[in-house]
Amino acid sequence: MMNADLRRERAAATFQPELLTHILDGGPDRTRRRKEIEALVINDPDFQHEDLNFLSRSQRYEQAIRKSSLMVMKLREYGIADPEEIYWFKRTCLGSFPEPFGLHFSMFQKTLETQTTDAQKEKWLPLVRGVKIIGTYAQTEMGHGTHLRGLETTATYDPATQEFILNSPTVTSIKWWPGGLGKTSNHAIVLAQLYTQGQCKGLHAFIVPIRQLGTHEPLPGITVGDIGPKFGYDEMDNGYLKMDNFRIPRENMLMKYAQVEPDGTYVKPLSDKLTYGTMVFIRSLIVGDSAHSLSRACTIAIRYSAVRHQSELKPGEPEPQILDYQTQQYKLFPLLATAYAFHFVGAYIKDTYRRISGDINEGDLSELPELHALTAGLKAFTSWTANAGIEECRMACGGHGYSRCSGIPDIYVTFTPSCTYEGENTVMMLQTARFLVKSYTQVSSGQRVTGMVSYLNDLSRQRIQPQHVAARTVMLNDPVSLVEAYKARAAWLVEAAAKNLEAELNHRRSKEDAWNKTSVDLVQASEAHCHYVIVKLFAAKLAEVSNAAVRAVLTELCLLYALCGISKNTGDFLQAGILTDAQITQVKQRVKELLAAIRPNAVALVDSFDFHDSHLGSVLGRYDGNVYENMFEWAKKSPLNKTEVHESFHKHLKPMQAKL
Amino acid sequence: MALLETRKYLQGSALGGVNPDLASERQTPSFSVEKLTALLDGGEENTRIRRAVVEAIESDPVFSRENQYFQSQNEKYEAAVRKAVHLQKKMHEMGWTENGPEFKYIYRALSGEIAFLLHTIFMRSISVLGSDKQIAKWIPLAMQYQLIGSYAQTELGHGTYLQGLETTAVFDITTQEFILNTPQISAMKWWPGDMGRSATHTVVFAQLYVQGKCHGVHPFIVQIRSLQDHSLCPGITAGDIGPKMSFEHIDNGYLMLQNVRVPRENMLSKFCEVQPDGTYVRRGSQQMNYLTMTAVRVALISHEAVTPLMKACTIAIRYSVVRRQSKLKPGEEEAKILDFQTQQEKLLPHLAAAYAFHFISNYLQDLFNRGYEEIQRENFSMLPELHAFSSGFKAIVTQYCASAVEVCLWACGGHGYSLLSGLPSLCTRILASCIYEGENTILFLQTARFLIKCFMAASAGHPVPPSVTYLAAVKPGKCPAKNKFDFLSPDIYTQAYRHAAVRLISSTAAKLQVLIQSGVKKHDAWNECTVQLVQAVKAHCLYITVKNFAETVERLETKGGIQKIMKHLCDLFALHGIFSNSGVFLYDGHISGAQMDMVTASYLDLLAVIRKDAVPLVDAFDFTDKTLNSALGSYDGQVYQRLYEWARKSPTNTQTNPAYEKYLKPLLHKKLSKL
Repeated sequence: MMNADLRRERAAATFQPELLTHILDGGPDRTRRRKEIEALVINDPDFQHEDLNFLSRSQRYEQAIRKSSLMVMKLREYGIADPEEIYWFKRTCLGSFPEPFGLHFSMFQKTLETQTTDAQKEKWLPLVRGVKIIGTYAQTEMGHGTHLRGLETTATYDPATQEFILNSPTVTSIKWWPGGLGKTSNHAIVLAQLYTQGQCKGLHAFIVPIRQLGTHEPLPGITVGDIGPKFGYDEMDNGYLKMDNFRIPRENMLMKYAQVEPDGTYVKPLSDKLTYGTMVFIRSLIVGDSAHSLSRACTIAIRYSAVRHQSELKPGEPEPQILDYQTQQYKLFPLLATAYAFHFVGAYIKDTYRRISGDINEGDLSELPELHALTAGLKAFTSWTANAGIEECRMACGGHGYSRCSGIPDIYVTFTPSCTYEGENTVMMLQTARFLVKSYTQVSSGQRVTGMVSYLNDLSRQRIQPQHVAARTVMLNDPVSLVEAYKARAAWLVEAAAKNLEAELNHRRSKEDAWNKTSVDLVQASEAHCHYVIVKLFAAKLAEVSNAAVRAVLTELCLLYALCGISKNTGDFLQAGILTDAQITQVKQRVKELLAAIRPNAVALVDSFDFHDSHLGSVLGRYDGNVYENMFEWAKKSPLNKTEVHESFHKHLKPMQAKL
Repeated sequence: MALLETRKYLQGSALGGVNPDLASERQTPSFSVEKLTALLDGGEENTRIRRAVVEAIESDPVFSRENQYFQSQNEKYEAAVRKAVHLQKKMHEMGWTENGPEFKYIYRALSGEIAFLLHTIFMRSISVLGSDKQIAKWIPLAMQYQLIGSYAQTELGHGTYLQGLETTAVFDITTQEFILNTPQISAMKWWPGDMGRSATHTVVFAQLYVQGKCHGVHPFIVQIRSLQDHSLCPGITAGDIGPKMSFEHIDNGYLMLQNVRVPRENMLSKFCEVQPDGTYVRRGSQQMNYLTMTAVRVALISHEAVTPLMKACTIAIRYSVVRRQSKLKPGEEEAKILDFQTQQEKLLPHLAAAYAFHFISNYLQDLFNRGYEEIQRENFSMLPELHAFSSGFKAIVTQYCASAVEVCLWACGGHGYSLLSGLPSLCTRILASCIYEGENTILFLQTARFLIKCFMAASAGHPVPPSVTYLAAVKPGKCPAKNKFDFLSPDIYTQAYRHAAVRLISSTAAKLQVLIQSGVKKHDAWNECTVQLVQAVKAHCLYITVKNFAETVERLETKGGIQKIMKHLCDLFALHGIFSNSGVFLYDGHISGAQMDMVTASYLDLLAVIRKDAVPLVDAFDFTDKTLNSALGSYDGQVYQRLYEWARKSPTNTQTNPAYEKYLKPLLHKKLSKL
């Protein structure tokens, strides 16, 4: 039976959640197909298991391996091959948790597909696709992560035997963190500094067998293991790998682009930008994941806030739903709006990537720098925001949010590493900044720039200070006008950072020093640019929505997202003269009105994300809202409750009481 | 395995002494580290005692935390119980007493990873709420551990809002007993520590009914487990509430009561009593009740928020001078990551905040002690201010420190996510402090009530408590700073904070009044303004923090460079706050746009200044390696070697891999159908 509060909330919604679900999925057909695939998992008893939170790390890893293996088999059985469909299948199966084979199918297979010669493809791809070998991608070392050039692993070519000799010459050069490396994989793609004919040729990728097929024992010369417990990712055997004079044949270097000939002659690749493609792709996935993870946390927190009653708003009346408190709305609704915003951004990047990557294969790389710059910043912006947002959702659930049964701790610990992996966020922001400064410099020297940075053209050409256009014209109820305000802020901050950088350079600092001295400004400029892009994409999305009721509620969310962003960054808008004190006061007032406007649709808006309970993995966020009874049921399964009297009583408590 | 060579150190002894990158940071501190440690401890004598306690605890293998990161929930719980039991013996051995100067350092030395903390709360609640007779009966039993106590207030359905609790205690005049019940699922007690597995007794908070009349929430001592075999008493259902984000060593529990009878004497009756004939008597002031809450909140600011932040800063800053990444100048070796401005901006303001909050915590403790003395003399006039202070600061400090600890974790890049860094445990633990002892938003709003009341009183010319007299003297005025150096004047930035606080409080109060005058009901008007009220309270607390920091610096001795470095930290804390909330200060033009650029310039200059002393500033916190239990943050900076050695001890490496035989092998050999 459905909780009465939730039933009431759903009845009061002003729009049909299914219609919004269709928009999020990309059409009713996609929704139908997604549900079909999810049902395959949900109705399959093979995928049922105990809550992983009750298991030890080793048991969790074992469960994960079992599931990974099952998924391989079942996907094949069902003939599911489309990447998005595989993704739906897997996420339903995995809930909040990673899979140890994750890197096999993403990085290992993908790298082999894109960076190998035809001969290599022929040899390796059948093994990989048939899971006759399991591989991972070993890039990060103990001493170096995002700064790739600093990696220390070496691969020295020996023309006498036509082999590469791989070494981890220092402690810091030990490969550290790759998923699936510790216990699962028997092969790895290893990134190493290539030495041939006495010269270092920079980083290259090599296929390295690490465990004996058949026994799974590490090969001689290989030291491999698990890096120990982490914040989350208990299911994943993130590993270390140390190589001592380990030899692999020449053919194990991935040679689509750069090559080493049998005599050791090095043949340079055409462009080193090519390898960016995979990075861009993975970062675009993180943007989507930011939306996805934040949506799940919002679903849990908002449903629970509709079920939980506490304290009193009006004397003598029953305790209200906590969702009726303004402070609770102020915590959750902006995050809900953010989740929608990020969803649309994720979809945009995916589409753009698909379009541009078509061009890459045909050799047109002109759009790659902008996409690379944009995804770097957006990856950082969305993952930082989602990370903090998930935490806020958890805290909005009070004490029960802290229990593992809420599901939010799992979402959090699984999501939070994305602030660091695939490019540390601050470094990502500075990559975007580099592109922005470059664009600004181009504009200053009279060239025009295109794409998302084209607003810089106006700034320089017309020499119009933002305050002159903006202060009069910003209309707080018009998303398009708010996009202009964000644009003016981005332009203002990019210009300020670029000028500060110039000033530092004029102080005769080295380029690197000047850059470092300006980096706090540069990060702010990048953030403002990303923020602008997000507001712009959200506002643009509204025009595509045909159903009036859905458009109305999305417009409210879009306005809330944009206005909250202003109210949390008032300093920029005031100092740049984009908004006046009086407008800031109006913004804050308008935000509160929007909270009240969104309130009746809050539950329907999270229902629209359409997460099945088994995927949500939360007692607090259950669709039926029967929270308390199920918390009790859940707790009874806790390992500490396996016996009524815990053995500690006999071992410690009783003797103590006897002695004292 | 062949001995690993490393890039430029680690030759020689096992871990090769102090990493030169860390040693060089310690060569020329601008101040005396030892003097600063003494200042933090409140005198050299305290430092000595603290070190002796830490040494005694850490040299005892029972208290070892070596395997902490590899233990299951059950193992952690058992270790916590073992330590708690052993501690009794240890205290006896060492001659430490609960009232001695050593006591407060024990918790720090154990990093709080010990069971029976609620036992102490159990005793405290009996001491505060019990009659003399009750105290005489129960306290000796508790002291002797003849019973183990807990404190059962929070329910599945209700937390901070106590009036909403649903557990009932009905007085049965015929048997002179109370009958306790948790009448529905949401009434079940949920979360109390030590209750899931350990406690034999607990103080249950329940709605008291006498002859059909409800008298509100009262405390009752209830036995829940047998003193003989530890089995549950009749009518009791209790157990562990399951895994949490942290505190796995604590058996937070649930408790259902079905017609559980306790004698009339088990209601704690210092302030309220049910007499044998059912007459309900109230006596004395209930305000003492608030005092316990206040005491707990003040104490937790230091133990559960500031100390963890200090630890996180120590780990992150030491690691940031050992970690080298990418080059700042072409041709040079890779730079220490702490030399990157963005890394300084992440860590150094939080280091300054750790000091700022340390000093505010001292200030609150003094205020509390003074208040306590007054209350002993039956003078309760300070209580509202104390309560408001403890609520607001509990909320702002825990919230700030929790997010700062997270920043420290991120600032360590990938390695921060390894449990071996020590940061994830600090992080998950401190997050709980935002909820327990009063959910932060609700606490902010409690302080808001006090501030609004005081503001109204001050505006009407009535006297107000000393901490809020500034509200009476509202004067608009512009910030007089002419250049970036002016912003290093405490008068100027303190004034800016004060201006912001007054503006936010007065404008919210005005808004409230407008709403009420326009016919909106008081409660609705309040709810309408709560978002602004929370912002106003934060502004108030930050103003007091900055003001207190500046005044503390003023009083410091100039010897040993202490005052100078503390002044830098105070400036940094204040300017970072303005820089990162610029809108609050730009609004109404107290600080102009041009002045804001000066703030930014001064702020960025300070980062570079404090950078030089960053390592000595964390060394001064004086945490031992065992206390930090971090592969990244040890004193010697042998980060990578330690990370590798610790990882190899993980059970995932020392035990066989069951998943291979069961799943991987069949998969690789295509015998999937057998899975």
